[in-house]
Amino acid sequence: MKNLVEYTTVEVKAIESTDNERFFWLVLSSPGWEWVPGQFVMVRPQAWEFDPFLPRPFSIANMDEEELRIFFQVVGRGTRRLSCLSPGEKVNIWGPLGRGFLIDYERPLLLIAGGIGLAPFIGIIKNHPRPENVELIFGHRRDIKHYPISEISRRILVWCVQDKSHKDLERLRKAVRVKIEGYSPEGQIFACGPLPFLRMIHEICSDQRAPVQVSLERPMACGIGVCMGCSIRGEGGRTYHVCTQGPVFFCNELDMDNLV
Amino acid sequence: MELGVKVGSLFLKNPVITASGTFGYGVEFKDFGELEKLGAIVVKGLSLLPREGNKGVRITETPCGMLNSIGLENIGSQAFIEQILPLLPWEKTPVIVNLYGETFEEFGELASIFAREEAIAALEINISCPNVKQGGLLFGQDVGAACRVCEEVKRSAGDKMVILKLTPASPDIRALARALQDAGADALSLINTIPAMAVDIYTRRPRLSNIIGGLSGPAIKPIAQKLVYDVVSCVDIPVIGIGGIMSPEDVFEYILIGAHAVEVGSANLIRPTSAFDIVEGLEEVALKLGIDSIEEYRGTLST
Repeated sequence: MKNLVEYTTVEVKAIESTDNERFFWLVLSSPGWEWVPGQFVMVRPQAWEFDPFLPRPFSIANMDEEELRIFFQVVGRGTRRLSCLSPGEKVNIWGPLGRGFLIDYERPLLLIAGGIGLAPFIGIIKNHPRPENVELIFGHRRDIKHYPISEISRRILVWCVQDKSHKDLERLRKAVRVKIEGYSPEGQIFACGPLPFLRMIHEICSDQRAPVQVSLERPMACGIGVCMGCSIRGEGGRTYHVCTQGPVFFCNELDMDNLV
Repeated sequence: MELGVKVGSLFLKNPVITASGTFGYGVEFKDFGELEKLGAIVVKGLSLLPREGNKGVRITETPCGMLNSIGLENIGSQAFIEQILPLLPWEKTPVIVNLYGETFEEFGELASIFAREEAIAALEINISCPNVKQGGLLFGQDVGAACRVCEEVKRSAGDKMVILKLTPASPDIRALARALQDAGADALSLINTIPAMAVDIYTRRPRLSNIIGGLSGPAIKPIAQKLVYDVVSCVDIPVIGIGGIMSPEDVFEYILIGAHAVEVGSANLIRPTSAFDIVEGLEEVALKLGIDSIEEYRGTLST
């Protein structure tokens, strides 16, 4: 079932850093879309005119009739400019884009997030009708206070694992392995984070159970399957566009070792 | 206000055509506007067989523009004809296929495949993609090779109009344009993207995995306009202007210089309603210019 995609203009309601100007909540007036967690939106402030040129894609962290919430990290020019938006500024957006998570609200759900990969799970956690069924393993490098973990942990069980360096995925690997081994075979597993993190999770989960749903990120110009900047390799040599056929994929659809 | 233009044997209801590689296969834009409102559509470049394109990172932003090294990923001629073409409103808006071959023969074969389709209005020949390695011969930069491609295509194209898409990297674009006119080209479209690159000082690597890519966007408009200016003065066949068009005013700039029509490219990526908005905005600009038709405005640049 494909949602109708809309191009529209919304307003900045708030732009707030969670701490020291690296992670931000961008709160926009709601476009009133029907959406599914895992879907994303292309964002381009009107003031940008010709530069920065490209729109930026972000997971919909959460959305209701009032607000569209995006949680992002400043990683370059575009995100730095976004962090300087002011309330009242007009922003062009299009969405909801892509294929979101397939969620069965009756079954247990394990979310595994790496850093900013937490973003697409925020709405799932806040809106899940049975939060007692939901758990989160959260791997992060930066201080936990950057992330909305304290409010999340009031609703669901959270396991935080802080790794100090990229060589340190070992701590996270152990935590995930232990959790998976004990996890209900009925349970669904969703993962979102950097590629090495996703590969590790795929490796741990691939032998035993139902495939993990992963949310991918690739360079995108259009978000609607036209520029072909986001192509990845699937199983059996297929080509997928992350923007239209993802960003959520079942792990076994992907050629995880030769993804890009 | 007569927005219609005649480009060779093709009649377009307005001079706005969507550029290959930026409008997918047309169907992707159905949520953003009515395809019938456009002057014409050029679909993503098609090769005989499907192509995966280049590996790794294939797009990156640059000042007022972007680089792409997609490498002509496409579903192939067969899949396009069977699955996509029937979905396009070809009776209301001309559908132009952009095609790419690795050999002279392939260009000819593609031309004859597409020539059989009633739904296809014209063929745009890509002899200028900077993103594909193929044994060193860049058709667009070698006049002899370019003419041979043109002849192969014309031989097999039946009554379909043949448009040659030119690269800005040509050593002498006027000589190339004249030679292609002699070789039978019905029209020329220019420019394709400009070979360019970007680097990351922290990783010390190119931003594109392919190192080199094609630059597009507002940054290239002045270069494109100069080349269109060069070419219109030395050929009689219609010239279609391409490069950095973001607004209806930009369309009129190219018409002023002498283009018969234009192609809107990167604008579609950064705002999916662009082509439709540009068409909509033409009438208002025409009013300000005090003109009743596109035809009367064409080539009236005073120098």
